Amino acid sequence: MGRIETTFLDLAELKQKALIGYIVSGDPNVSSTLMAMHLMVEEGVHVIELGIAFSDPMAEGPSIQQGHERALSEKISLKATLKLVKSFREKDKKTPVVLMGYMNTFEALGSEVFSSTAKDNGVDGVLIVDMPLEASDEFTEESRKQGLDVIRLIAPTTTESRIKKICKQASGYVYYISLKGITGADSINPKEVEKKVLKLKKVTDLPVVIGFGIKDGKSASKVKDLADGVVVGSALVDIMGGNKEEIEKHLSIKIKDLSKALHKT
Amino acid sequence: MSKKEQVPDSKGRFGIYGGVYVAETLVPALEELAQKYELIKDDKEFKAEVQDDLEKFVGRPSPLYFAKHWSKKLGGAKVYLKREDLNHTGAHKINNTVGQILLAKHMGKTRIIAETGAGQHGVATATVAARQGLECVIYMGEEDIKRQSLNVYRIKILGAEVVSVNSGTKTLKDAMNEAMRDWVTNVDNTYYIIGSVAGPHPYPQIVRDFNSIVGKEVLVQSKNQIGKMPDLLVACVGGGSNAMGLFYPFIDISSTDLVGVEAGGLGLDTGKHAAPLNAGSEGVLHGMRTYLMQTEEGQIQNTHSISAGLDYPGVGPEHAWLKDIGRADYTTANDQEALDAFKELTLVEGIMPALETAHALAYVKKIAPTMDSEKVIVVNISGRGDKDINTVADIEGIKL
Repeated sequence: MGRIETTFLDLAELKQKALIGYIVSGDPNVSSTLMAMHLMVEEGVHVIELGIAFSDPMAEGPSIQQGHERALSEKISLKATLKLVKSFREKDKKTPVVLMGYMNTFEALGSEVFSSTAKDNGVDGVLIVDMPLEASDEFTEESRKQGLDVIRLIAPTTTESRIKKICKQASGYVYYISLKGITGADSINPKEVEKKVLKLKKVTDLPVVIGFGIKDGKSASKVKDLADGVVVGSALVDIMGGNKEEIEKHLSIKIKDLSKALHKT
Repeated sequence: MSKKEQVPDSKGRFGIYGGVYVAETLVPALEELAQKYELIKDDKEFKAEVQDDLEKFVGRPSPLYFAKHWSKKLGGAKVYLKREDLNHTGAHKINNTVGQILLAKHMGKTRIIAETGAGQHGVATATVAARQGLECVIYMGEEDIKRQSLNVYRIKILGAEVVSVNSGTKTLKDAMNEAMRDWVTNVDNTYYIIGSVAGPHPYPQIVRDFNSIVGKEVLVQSKNQIGKMPDLLVACVGGGSNAMGLFYPFIDISSTDLVGVEAGGLGLDTGKHAAPLNAGSEGVLHGMRTYLMQTEEGQIQNTHSISAGLDYPGVGPEHAWLKDIGRADYTTANDQEALDAFKELTLVEGIMPALETAHALAYVKKIAPTMDSEKVIVVNISGRGDKDINTVADIEGIKL
């Protein structure tokens, strides 16, 4: 059983929700990312999504765009990120790590090299934002062969018949995009999310997590009961881009706040 | 089967190129658009509606003009100019927006967005939106806003909002990113009019089809005016819509050569250019698989061109396919060559072309003298040069 499956099973047994934290690899530099990964786990993050910086991150709002730009100015690459995960695994053998990014950077490395290195270095899943179901064979077949989970997105606009097709191909968890928009947007509507997630739950046995538009304990608590976990990205990336002396302090406060909200019954 | 009928296939692919590489939120919207377009494109009433606008609003057909003086000066092939610069709003871009705005109306959309580089597509979009009474937002890179201030002002007078994009390289590609972000947010009521044969399926097909009126007219005009098909068609290629519009009806006419001219910038060896077909490699950007200017690690590179409309690191997927199957050739002209051609056509024929168009003319300058006088070249004058006056004056050190 992989780390992702184990993590969600353990949480389900404890009747807890998963807190998934997204930061951009190499933002503001590789050593800060490594520090932040361990700190996030210490404060209550269950799954880490590492953003792979791309020059044209079309689905991202301003916060995460800036994170990508900061990481690129530090010359981060997918290869360097794979190395970073290896370093992370020296101390943490348990926390799942998912790489999230855009098709072009993954393709540039090549699916075989990526998938085998990712597996060897302790990556658990891959989420390629601009690779819809129809294009997924091109890159992720190799990842599947290596036993990496291929995380799939479901949007508010996704039709029911399409949800079924997507869920058939998904593994690890299903990521529900809570709103029509870009990351960090501000218009999450819990009622609509609930409707869609209920439908989703009927179609798949995989854990369902909710992302886009969750930034603190308050917004997390509004949707936590609807699904198996929440993803927080922009709010963490903002901290990573802030004053370097205070990253640890702010990250710690933020994750404590989120964690508390998720555990409240 | 002819080459033309094969593409795009049911997955929106031209060979391995094209396709749909977007975030899940947009997939259903693109499917809806593809279905709607498939239903309506051969509908008699719709076609008549588009045709009527092309005639009475755009002013089509545009003339095929024999550049007698320039041909004589070049001393080789006869050069004909397809006068897209005479269209309403001054470029070929209006052919596409006239069609897409009607498609938007049929789909019940109330808000129009578009990206623009040189501003021609922005003007063409704002124009049709104004006429149809639809809200319109144009995304434009901060850099391009500076070098195309005239068009920015035109867009504003037409009642559209211009949003300055200051992420990334602050040019066309970033404007396209931002337009996509808008679309993903407002997908229910918004129609995104992409201005080139680029982006996810079905856009490369839609934009090609609406622009192919250019090539269709050239077919008829060649028969009537010249008595034969041209030996060579030349057009500049940024995203590639004016070239695709001219080439498409000729794809199965094998006696007619097709040459697209990319922006060579300061020279291919300097890396400062916008010529993905000549110096790029395969990748995925803006929803399509195509040739891109990119690093080994898959990051999109900065481009450079004297013309904002060619300053784009990708190219329409159908061009990538035409290159690979050897049906069209792609070459480059650099900034200086384009500038020289701009001045020469203006002086010799009294026609001031856009700097984009000037790249195609620069190639004609080189190739026409090597050809027999019986040979015929048709070059697409994709737009007029008024918008570039500030850029040219700047280079000459003249303050207007």
